[in-house]
Amino acid sequence: MILSIADIRKEHKTRVGGKAFALAEMFQNGMPVPFAMCITTDAYAAYLGHTGLQERIALELHRKRFEDMRWEELWDMALRIQNMFLKTPIPADLKQEIEDPLASAFSSKPTAVRSSAPGEDSAAASFAGLHESYVNIKGPEAILEHVKLVWASLWSDRALLYRQEVGLDVKKSAMAVVLQEMVFGDRSGVAFGKNPTDAAQAVIEAVHGLNQGLVDGMVEPDRWIIDRKTRKTISHQPAQRDEAMFPAGKRVRLQPLPPARRMRPPVNDNEIAQVVALVLQAETFFGSPQDVEWTFFDDRLHVLQSRPITTTTGPGDDERSWYLSLHRSFENLKALRTRIEETLLPAMDNEAQGLSQQPLEKLSDIDLAEEIQHRSDIYEKWSKTYWDEFIPMAHGMRLFGEVYNRMVRPDDPYEFMRLLGASDMLSVRRNNMLAEMASAIRKHPDLAATWDRDTPSAEQAAFRRDLDDYLERFGDLACGKDQCRQGHEGLIRLLQEMAAHETAVSSGPTADAGVLTKAFLDRFTTDDRPFGDEVLALGRASYQLRDDDNIYLSRIRSQMTGALDEGRHRIEKRFSAATGQPAAEDVIAALKDPAYIPKPSQPVAQAPESRPQGRLMKARQLTGQPAGPGIAKGKARVVENTSQLNDFKAGEVLVCDALDPTMTFVVPLAAGIVERRGGMLIHGAIIAREYGLPCVTGVPEVTDHVTTGDTISVDGYLGIVTIHADPPIA
Amino acid sequence: MAWSENSQDVQVDPAAMRAFLTELFASQKLAILATVREQQPFTNLVAFAATNDLKHLVFATPRATRKFVNLSKNPKIAMTIDNRQNVTADFSDAAAVMAIGKAVEATGPEKEPLLQLYLAKHPELEAFVSAPSCALIDVRVAKYDIVRRFQNVVELRMPPSP
Repeated sequence: MILSIADIRKEHKTRVGGKAFALAEMFQNGMPVPFAMCITTDAYAAYLGHTGLQERIALELHRKRFEDMRWEELWDMALRIQNMFLKTPIPADLKQEIEDPLASAFSSKPTAVRSSAPGEDSAAASFAGLHESYVNIKGPEAILEHVKLVWASLWSDRALLYRQEVGLDVKKSAMAVVLQEMVFGDRSGVAFGKNPTDAAQAVIEAVHGLNQGLVDGMVEPDRWIIDRKTRKTISHQPAQRDEAMFPAGKRVRLQPLPPARRMRPPVNDNEIAQVVALVLQAETFFGSPQDVEWTFFDDRLHVLQSRPITTTTGPGDDERSWYLSLHRSFENLKALRTRIEETLLPAMDNEAQGLSQQPLEKLSDIDLAEEIQHRSDIYEKWSKTYWDEFIPMAHGMRLFGEVYNRMVRPDDPYEFMRLLGASDMLSVRRNNMLAEMASAIRKHPDLAATWDRDTPSAEQAAFRRDLDDYLERFGDLACGKDQCRQGHEGLIRLLQEMAAHETAVSSGPTADAGVLTKAFLDRFTTDDRPFGDEVLALGRASYQLRDDDNIYLSRIRSQMTGALDEGRHRIEKRFSAATGQPAAEDVIAALKDPAYIPKPSQPVAQAPESRPQGRLMKARQLTGQPAGPGIAKGKARVVENTSQLNDFKAGEVLVCDALDPTMTFVVPLAAGIVERRGGMLIHGAIIAREYGLPCVTGVPEVTDHVTTGDTISVDGYLGIVTIHADPPIA
Repeated sequence: MAWSENSQDVQVDPAAMRAFLTELFASQKLAILATVREQQPFTNLVAFAATNDLKHLVFATPRATRKFVNLSKNPKIAMTIDNRQNVTADFSDAAAVMAIGKAVEATGPEKEPLLQLYLAKHPELEAFVSAPSCALIDVRVAKYDIVRRFQNVVELRMPPSP
């Protein structure tokens, strides 16, 4: 179960993993390697076997076919599996077997706990940075806790994505762990024996402080390009050198670098020469170019680890960077948040406001054509911003969730969501406005027909003001992709439906949010508390922005469709006949050229007619992910485009592809929600939780089996959708 | 408790038979559950556990399922537990036990010990059983029929497709 690097032999290779094996070879050949031990894959297997985790993981893995899972669902699955590790203690006998040797080797010395998955460092597949490593861990108890975290990292979203090609059989999963005496180097770095983009060069990257800063991408390194033959420096690219990673109590922390050290590179020419000699020695020794992590401690060079450079990856063309960037680092996300809140959203607000003040009716046809083009361009621009900057912001919630689970170890891996609930999300505010107007109709049912009288009563005038205010703020309810004509009529119909029924209200932050928040923050030491506060604030901002950004974007879209509608209206008048819904280019062409005859748009493709009667096979129960607790039964309303929402009846179960934030206004009417798209943190799941509605996500086949009017049950605890159509028994 | 006196493998020692059942139930994770609706039998596979006195069999099911609806309307059920391995030797070696009894949802103070018993055998189902939409079913067994060593093999032909 546990081996010293002095005792690891060839036959142990598959049980200790590449990293431990390389360390042992270097150690046994006299290279400057700090002492290390390896907890073999046998311990991982025993832990999984003795605790029953193996079966639980297998159940989780088989809920859905891997190739049918979206990345969000994969992240959810990883969160659940990793939480199982956090919640499952190492059985006493196994613990003792590992603990005794490691206690005598490391006692309370600072120790690094690193992954060493078999195959991880093979030349064929570089899993570099894929699994977790922890530094500066003290004492057997803490070391074992971190061993568990390293085991769990085999089931991170990134690792799952990476391993999907080799299959995800839990029985074949294996992880060894290296425990290594910490060397607190004050200058550290990475050396690539061969530059992937130029075989004649080697590359050295160096930072002040610990290597962690460089490996995690938090600290920008100085970079040297070296001629492999002459060992001379070809170029040196200095870094900004503002911060570096240093040990701080039980952890390591990013700290500002003293001014004197900012001025000079982390290593001098002589030290560069030593690093070059080391990486080339390792290459001779292992028989292939190496990627070596090194550090200077007491002005002596130490090797922390060495692995083969994979030929397919390199700084210029790095496949793994995509996986790694999924986890935008904390600092990146903080910067992104500031940019979104302080720059992008205000700019979108201005844009929508500016556009809404442009009187379209007064424009000439030519000017209107240009205005349509202009607004399309603006919308395009913000759509792109949405995908490039707003979508990644959702990682803020995920980052918070991971930190929360690690600190709190809750039974429910989604408990963290209860700290995020924000009642002042725009879509909730919007629904509150709707609720108020619905209540006005409830009091005065004739308002629905009389609000646009030329000489309105006080009530009628007030109601009209609210209507217009709503439309101005949130745009047309039923803006489809490029059509926005239902305006007041659709809105009134919805309000009447709302007025006729009691509707769900947003619960806002749950009652225990305060207690949970305090419990979370109390887990941090005084030193780390600011990090706890910040990561919570980031999670909350991410949760709220994930929703608000859609509403900002839909306001701009409704300005675009408004102009397009004005154009269509004029063309219709010109031909004194309905022209269908010509596309934007056609409208522009017709406005510019009176002789142009627009093509009527292709009729919107109808959903395939309801399935053949008397079909031989039908689904009765479909499984997805439980995304909002509760049980509901009701008639299904399958919504394929937003215009179908106006027919939504209270008590129906909303079945859709993905609940777009511009669709959320019907949520208070719904009994439950089923989404084809998967994930716990997608908008629909968030809104369902906000309103306390049962919700199941990730049921892509639901629209094949359920049509509007079918009676279905939504089990939001277990993630099951049951179709109650009752055919003859036999 | 009445043993099937008709069983061809006449078991004279009730204690030995109890020991046999205890071992069989411990070795098997799944049982076949039969429920009835409008005179039509329905069968399902369920993960089960048995109490030490063999008087109760326990399984769990979400309430929206057909088996739950069926047994709520008609608590008479049968369960089969067997140790066949899908090999020819099953005909001589495999044992099959049918339990006949009444199924009721476990609630109140009776539920907790049954739940603990169930989770001790199926720890991986904890999240499933703990969901408020999932019911724990207590089968009060009236009778077990035990079949060991098949004497006859009946060949069953499917009617040709229309």
